[in-house]
Amino acid sequence: MQRNPQLNANGELQHLLSIEGLPREVLVQILDTAESFVGVTEREVKKVPLLRGKSVFNLFFEPSTRTRTTFEIAAKRLSADVINLNIALSSQTKGESLLDTVANLSAMQADIFVVRHNSSGAPYLIARNVKPHEHVVNAGDGRHAHPTQGLLDLYTIRHYKKEFTRLTVAIVGDILHSRVARSLIHGLTTLGAPEVRVIGPQTLLPSGVEALGVRVFHDMRAGLKDCDVIVMLRLQNERMDGTLLPSAQEFFKHYGLTGAKLSLAKPDVIVMHPGPMNRGVEIDSTVADGPHAVILPQVTFGIAVRMAVMSIVAGN
Amino acid sequence: MRLHIKGGRVVDPASARDAVGDVYAADGKIAEEFSRADRVIDAKGLVVAPGFIDLSARLREPGYEYKATLESEMDAAVAGGVTSLACPPDTDPPLDEPGLVDMLRRRAKALSRARVYPLGALTVKLRGEALTEMAELGEAGCVAFSQGNVPLRDTQLLWRALQYAATFGYPVWLRAEDAWLAKDGVSHDGEVATRLGLAGIPSFAETIALGAILELVRATRARVHVCRLSTAGAVEMMRHAKQEGLPVSCDVAIHHLHLCDMDLGYFDSCCRLEPPLRSQRDRDALARGLAEGAVDCLCSDHTPVDEDGKQLPFAEAEPGATGLELLLPLTLKWGAAHKLPLAVTLARMTSDPARILGVATGRIVTGAPADLAIFDPGAAVRVTAGSLKSQGKNTPFLGYELAGRVHYTVVAGNVVYEG
Repeated sequence: MQRNPQLNANGELQHLLSIEGLPREVLVQILDTAESFVGVTEREVKKVPLLRGKSVFNLFFEPSTRTRTTFEIAAKRLSADVINLNIALSSQTKGESLLDTVANLSAMQADIFVVRHNSSGAPYLIARNVKPHEHVVNAGDGRHAHPTQGLLDLYTIRHYKKEFTRLTVAIVGDILHSRVARSLIHGLTTLGAPEVRVIGPQTLLPSGVEALGVRVFHDMRAGLKDCDVIVMLRLQNERMDGTLLPSAQEFFKHYGLTGAKLSLAKPDVIVMHPGPMNRGVEIDSTVADGPHAVILPQVTFGIAVRMAVMSIVAGN
Repeated sequence: MRLHIKGGRVVDPASARDAVGDVYAADGKIAEEFSRADRVIDAKGLVVAPGFIDLSARLREPGYEYKATLESEMDAAVAGGVTSLACPPDTDPPLDEPGLVDMLRRRAKALSRARVYPLGALTVKLRGEALTEMAELGEAGCVAFSQGNVPLRDTQLLWRALQYAATFGYPVWLRAEDAWLAKDGVSHDGEVATRLGLAGIPSFAETIALGAILELVRATRARVHVCRLSTAGAVEMMRHAKQEGLPVSCDVAIHHLHLCDMDLGYFDSCCRLEPPLRSQRDRDALARGLAEGAVDCLCSDHTPVDEDGKQLPFAEAEPGATGLELLLPLTLKWGAAHKLPLAVTLARMTSDPARILGVATGRIVTGAPADLAIFDPGAAVRVTAGSLKSQGKNTPFLGYELAGRVHYTVVAGNVVYEG
């Protein structure tokens, strides 16, 4: 097997491509660094000079508002120059290859590429082809990984629960297509969470998902029992074409998070969601806006986590 | 040309011969001993075997000359000791007209390297809608009919195609893959695909399709060769089908004999293959099935892909790998792992595929066509882009050091390659 392509020869983070395969120490380093940046985002002058003079290229081959924006804010707070490229609308439609696009941007003196792509593994291809001083941060690739989302989820859990080693975490919904679920599962198992559950109908669970170290539940009520953390996943509209699920209504009835189902979890349970939410499809508004929800703090922490990731890779 | 190959270890699987001796060729055929040869090859320390027969090698002509040309791939064939090859019809345009087949055969013949056996398209344009003129294509030189890797969704048409082919006695070569179950899939449906977030093709996509094929063989008695098995389940089904006496045979590609889905590593697009690399259990069952005879032979599934086709995210990369020059070393590696006698190992790429093709080559016997591969089974070869003659440099085995180096390749009594 090849060396983990995201670590340099000293075992330091060169690129952030996936949480899988990252040592515990690296994850903790990112979370600790993020913690130090949370203060910055609350100051009047929300800037540190760590990436002054560096260029961050946001390369989004797939539309995104939230993730792109939080990366942009994070880079600006690190004093980097940020260039946003919405490739979905430009060169790809003109037939330019992925690597040609990257080579051109590299010639414009990029330091960090933040990449989102609809094909699993695309950031690995880019990371294999960039110059040694350039860094790649995966902002979501196909169904494979969304490591900064996974890290901000871990950060949020640590913030509210302090540690991982006694937690029961349930991830609910469309696991099959979810890069968020995969990244969070790897992070939780690396940090020692003893029980990670995935809850969903068979059509939305990938084959052999147990091998990732999770318990599978098809009955949401059983799966939520005594949970400390519930992560609701977004159900993409395109999954509703009838081949995987008959209807949004039936999905909500069985796998939507309502107040009644929430009461099966621990009294101090937190409810997370990577956004954007489909109210009434995977989550009831009373829960989304209720006291257990930490969905908006997740977004705030996301900026600090992305600052941490970019400052760490740029320093290695 | 009168050729005398002197003092080599002559291994002829068909006759179970394995002894040091001399081989003579005259007028393109294996001959009895003679004096006054035009050329003497000293084969001391080398193995003299029948030339290899590859049941699946894409030459990319017509239509994909930017990926490979007949010249480059025929060079690769003889450099790998391959003296006969069957090429699938999935060219552009597909081999569905006698004129195309005729042109391919004449172009190949003019190069006078390996013998080329075209497989005709089973359906017009491979669209799976209408049968081709099989008898016409057969007269033009097609040895069998196939869909290549293009799915045939319409089972009724498949039934009719087998009936029609059986009428004229033509074999049909099919891949067993249910097109619906394989839809959008790029990797084996299992833990690795789940971890990498790749869309999977379940093993039963192969066994369900194979079940349908075997039922249709029972009904039509058509001769069917099943190409490039990938699952343990399919090996078992083929074993039973043969015990039952159905007129079926099958092969496995060199990649599936040695690799599994774990080899995808971090999205190595060289491992993007059709069918997908499956689990270790499947790989081991294929290797065992080949040793025990449930699988008849192996092929290189040579599919040159240009660099642009592989420098893409895994799912978007074009499937296929170069293989002609790796057929010998990877076959030897398999034989050594299963502790098989050299004659048994070599049978899987000489006499066994010859039987499936229905040709007189693949053996060293007086009067047979003088197609020979002369090689050093112990010499190590490092697989690099530079060492490959094929225009396709894409193979999961890049960087491997493999044993088995071809020194001479002889086709119809002529030395067509010297390494």
